[in-house]
Amino acid sequence: MTMLIIGYGNAGRGDDGLGPAFAERISGAGLNGCRIDIDFQLTVEHALLVTEAEIVVFVDAMIGSDTPYCFTRVRADRSADLASHSLLPEAVLTLAEMLYDKRPEAFVLGIGGDSFGEVAEGLSVTARTNLDLAEAFLLDWFAASHMSGEAAVELSGLG
Amino acid sequence: MAEPRLIEISPVTRVEGHGKVTIHLDADNRVDEARLHIVEFRGFERFIRGRLLWEVPVIVQRLCGICPVSHHLAAAKAMDVICGVDELPPTADKMRRLMHYGQVMQSHVLHFFYLAAPDLLFGFDAPAEKRNIFEVIKENPELGRRAIAMRKFGQDIIEATAGKKIHGTGAIPGGINRNLPIETRDRFLAVVDDMEVWARDALELAKRYTLEHEHLVAEFASMPSNYMSLVRETDGALDLYHGKLRALNATGGIIFDNLDYAKYHELLVEDVRSWSYMKFPFIKELGPELGWYRVGPLARMNTVDFIDTPLANAAMGELKSETGGAPNNSTLTNHWARMIEVVHCVEKIRELLHDPDLQGTDLRATGQRREEGIGVIEAPRGNLIHHYKVDENDQVTYCNLIVSTTHNNEGMNRAIKDVAIKHLSGQERITEGMLNHIEVAVRAYDPCLSCATHALGQMPLQVELLDAQGELIDSRLRSG
Repeated sequence: MTMLIIGYGNAGRGDDGLGPAFAERISGAGLNGCRIDIDFQLTVEHALLVTEAEIVVFVDAMIGSDTPYCFTRVRADRSADLASHSLLPEAVLTLAEMLYDKRPEAFVLGIGGDSFGEVAEGLSVTARTNLDLAEAFLLDWFAASHMSGEAAVELSGLG
Repeated sequence: MAEPRLIEISPVTRVEGHGKVTIHLDADNRVDEARLHIVEFRGFERFIRGRLLWEVPVIVQRLCGICPVSHHLAAAKAMDVICGVDELPPTADKMRRLMHYGQVMQSHVLHFFYLAAPDLLFGFDAPAEKRNIFEVIKENPELGRRAIAMRKFGQDIIEATAGKKIHGTGAIPGGINRNLPIETRDRFLAVVDDMEVWARDALELAKRYTLEHEHLVAEFASMPSNYMSLVRETDGALDLYHGKLRALNATGGIIFDNLDYAKYHELLVEDVRSWSYMKFPFIKELGPELGWYRVGPLARMNTVDFIDTPLANAAMGELKSETGGAPNNSTLTNHWARMIEVVHCVEKIRELLHDPDLQGTDLRATGQRREEGIGVIEAPRGNLIHHYKVDENDQVTYCNLIVSTTHNNEGMNRAIKDVAIKHLSGQERITEGMLNHIEVAVRAYDPCLSCATHALGQMPLQVELLDAQGELIDSRLRSG
């Protein structure tokens, strides 16, 4: 089983850096068969990258959630057009399907934050707490998936 | 009689960050005013104060997730000056240029194929469900694959020269911190021929579109304006990395030429308006009404004397022949100009890859420390100015940035008003297609509104209809 974790966001915009922070932590965990990618945002070339994995986890900051994290399955969706230079996970998956005929299993891990927009480095207290919880969840989920050889969907859900 | 109305398009789609367009209609549904409101940078110039000079080229990349390399290089050039370095070792200069050409190429490719193509191929009035990239790919998947391969080529060059895909550290005050290993060079050389073929094909597409839609291009958001860019000091050639400032008026007359960009603040004034966070620069000697100007790919085609790579130069000759050599004022011709620059970048990348200086080991120069430095480059979207002052403890005490989108602020606002008057005035019903005309005018500038907070739940397009008192009459929400 090959897994790709893409943590994206801008660490110069407060809690928008949750995705990269998560990816950096996970890369330190040395998960077997798991590739880590860190980026400012999702762009069209991620469609090529996701074709190299069987399971993809998109990790992004989440605004306005009352849960620490949210883990949900995501699928290709042609209504998720390119809104700007950055893409939604659904658009990345759609491009992978249309251009390369690849359909990796995919999930979004959204981690709650509460400080966005202003130019600022570092995560808020809330974001750091949620990051810990999301990391623990992902490690459990990864272990379960690794044992079964497929994505452990039964562990998916709201954190 | 109907009440005066205000229409908002917020955020503008398929541009970087969030923008909002408001269109004020009078009681007869005629466009009274149209404005582009932008929130950008949000205190970045204050945030950078107190930072150490050596970390500035890295930190400024957090301004934006789309053009971090532009900020990285402009800041590094400013810090070169502060470190007393007026001339980089050849390896450093050429590694930075390679990085820059990789960036401009990938940025232009994304804009043309993925953001502009739906409008160009299906028409501005096409139904929204048709006018998107997936429909383009359905008809021509090879186009989509090529665009991604070209993007990846540019990104790989950035990674090889800057060290990392994001938050690269390649350009340092006074030089560069790495050269290009032979094996990396060979990897790029193995595919550069493909890149050239695909770049030429893209250029042909953009040219054909412009010529086949001659009347639309001539009419749509076109306006006479001044143009400004760097040009190569010695001969007036296109130079995206370094040069002197040149500004022309709408008929090609020189406003200023061969000017040291360190004197930009003597030439340009940044006007402030109450309804936008973004400033409105103008050429001081002409004043705000006559002195506004445009930057970017088309502005560069207008200002430079020639391009020092044969394919791009020949292509620019064709573009210039459309106006008999005079400046081209049609906003949509930016797409053609952008693809000429893609060809130019590929030609320059190939030229640099064959240059043994890229494997040199003299990477950094030193000099007598100064208190102030200004770095200017031609970013994908146009001229980019970084200006810093640093104290005796190496800490930044002053920062001023003028980014391409700010230079183009007046031009974008005028383009919006032009399109609104031509396509919305007198209409009883505002359709989604009409609103898209406004967005097409904005997108032609490929603005980078630099609001990189894109966290989940933040990307819908909201269109609001309000009366003159600001009361919501109607609204429309479409997903990004």
